[in-house]
Amino acid sequence: MTREEIIQNGTKVYSRPRLLNKNNMHYCPGCSHGVVHKLVAEIIDEMGLEHDAIGIAPVGCAVFAYNYIDIDWAEAAHGRAPALATAISRLRPDKVVFTYQGDGDLAAIGSAETIHACTRGENIVIIMINNGIYGMTGGQMSPCTLEGAKTATTPYGRRHDLNGFPLKVADVVSLLDGTCYVTRQAVHTPGAVRKAKAALKKAFKNAQEKKGTSFVEIVSTCNSGWKMSPEKSNKWMEENMFAHYPLGDLKDTTK
Amino acid sequence: MAEIHGAVTIESERCKGCNLCVVACPCDVLALQPKEVNDRGYHYAYPANEKACIGCAACALVCPDACIEVFRVVAK
Amino acid sequence: MKAEVKLMKGNEAIARAAIRYGADGYFGYPITPQSEVLETLEAEMPWETTGMVVLQAESEVASINMVYGGAAAGKAVMTSSSSPGVSLMQEGISYLAASELPALIVNVMRGGPGLGTIQPSQADYFQATKGGGHGDYHIIVLAPSTVQEMADFVALGFDLAFKYRTPAMIMADGVVGQMMEKVVLPEQRPRRTNEQIARECPWALTGKPDSRKPNIITSLELDSAIMEKNNERFQETYRRIQENEVRYEERFTDDAEYLIVAFGSVARICLKAIEDARKKGIKVGLIRPITLWPFPYKEIARVAEHTKGILCVELNAGQMVEDVRLAVGDKVPVRHFGRMGGIVPAPQEVLDALEHDFHINSL
Repeated sequence: MTREEIIQNGTKVYSRPRLLNKNNMHYCPGCSHGVVHKLVAEIIDEMGLEHDAIGIAPVGCAVFAYNYIDIDWAEAAHGRAPALATAISRLRPDKVVFTYQGDGDLAAIGSAETIHACTRGENIVIIMINNGIYGMTGGQMSPCTLEGAKTATTPYGRRHDLNGFPLKVADVVSLLDGTCYVTRQAVHTPGAVRKAKAALKKAFKNAQEKKGTSFVEIVSTCNSGWKMSPEKSNKWMEENMFAHYPLGDLKDTTK
Repeated sequence: MAEIHGAVTIESERCKGCNLCVVACPCDVLALQPKEVNDRGYHYAYPANEKACIGCAACALVCPDACIEVFRVVAK
Repeated sequence: MKAEVKLMKGNEAIARAAIRYGADGYFGYPITPQSEVLETLEAEMPWETTGMVVLQAESEVASINMVYGGAAAGKAVMTSSSSPGVSLMQEGISYLAASELPALIVNVMRGGPGLGTIQPSQADYFQATKGGGHGDYHIIVLAPSTVQEMADFVALGFDLAFKYRTPAMIMADGVVGQMMEKVVLPEQRPRRTNEQIARECPWALTGKPDSRKPNIITSLELDSAIMEKNNERFQETYRRIQENEVRYEERFTDDAEYLIVAFGSVARICLKAIEDARKKGIKVGLIRPITLWPFPYKEIARVAEHTKGILCVELNAGQMVEDVRLAVGDKVPVRHFGRMGGIVPAPQEVLDALEHDFHINSL
């Protein structure tokens, strides 16, 4: 069969998500943010939440998330997305509210808002893109930067005696009674993308069904910040990040 | 035995040439343009070996910019 | 609930007035001397009557950002705190102003700087009236001097906030917050429905219907040309507020030879001082700015024309006095009398200051 025949006669098996608009994303080539944006857009569409999903964008690389997925969004002050989400979810319990944050936004400046939203069991989804670095500001150390990793503010590598240990946020929030689902995923291979999508979908369902807080960490790459090609970043992530941030569900009370 | 034919379309202007689809493809269908660049200066991905495509969508799943659409025909 | 007369603290009046206004949400954090606002709301359980959401947040930072979220959804939401807590909220207030969101913030001021004291003060005047957080913005600042005004300004503050899509603040001092007085509470108003909000606040996050594009609440704009336009729009709003919303109280000014300018609880102390002065034959009048921003510059200038001197009395080292000087220039001598650190002056101290500063010999 020719290419034309396949495209004409075949069933389209993969399309650009309908709710992902035509804007070119500002992310660097190979950035994990784009894949997670796609998944969020697909899930909102598949669950019929286009009219009911409200997203909270962070400060960081995903600050412009609202430019790409065609739903209502608020852009929060640095770290405060869970506070906004708390209020909106309580004032509009008929809506499904999610935050989309990086590890700097969520785990450093926003650690208090994160922990308290989780321990209150707000019926929201918290998505954390953990690439272990502040991407937007030029590659500084984040709470989740691995020991030994070189960043703009740890030019000789992170040392726990100087900079403390990398923070395992998902582990922390899994201990809180308000979280119903805590999982750690990645999007570096087709298989991982499929699993991450299933996890995100479960999280959105939990919010819709008022089961408590769902926390989805996506262990990600920052090619520019890590100063590696996208392909090498994925490899480095597999070899280093996954050892400290192992993938899989940490908690699921909905089973 | 059923034969599987696949094809992909790539929005080359949206592509940033990150190479992740090339790596993800199990059938070595895709490659980055060695010389040509798009309007934004990226060596964009294209189906260099399109006959080998099985329409598995691995490339599309990992594409961060959602530039790839996938088609598949199962011929009996 | 019908209108009713009750005896209560200023802080309690804020809470009860918020419920009766039909406020949608309150998010706050305990701090003296205003904790009764949150305590009263928790005790009243308005979520079971009007459906109002009440939440004790983990910090003032979280509180103001919950307010930001609620306001983004088009809801009538508020918080309350006292000076150190309001300092923590300044970033959020700047975001509210920049995102053109309505909200009500109550500051029951205590003495500072730093942790200061829990006793009354008016030392946050600069912070409230000159912006407070980063960037070029103003918020509407209402200064109640009675428990009745504490109650009344909840509705006024919300109404102005929604009219101009800007945060409004009730800036009370600890005296008004803690004092008990008779207060008439208004009739219960219904909370706005989600349909009303979608109609009246077309900018609000309601979930995107097919009939419109996504609503985005953000204060971010990287294109400088657009950001300047945004700023010009904010300034235009502030000009409209300055033209239309100046509020003040004027007492005994017709024949006044001297003028006292004071706000909040201090204005009431000054009224007693004025009464005592008049008994001694010194003709003193009072202007009590009710809106500290917009400030009654023109009104003070008008009254100042036939006076020999103005005394600005405040619970601070001299803050509003700068605006009074801006109002009258060098046409009339302006002096300041203030107590700090939680001390509230007696009427006699005010009268002494007036006589001393303007060399009045009451024989």
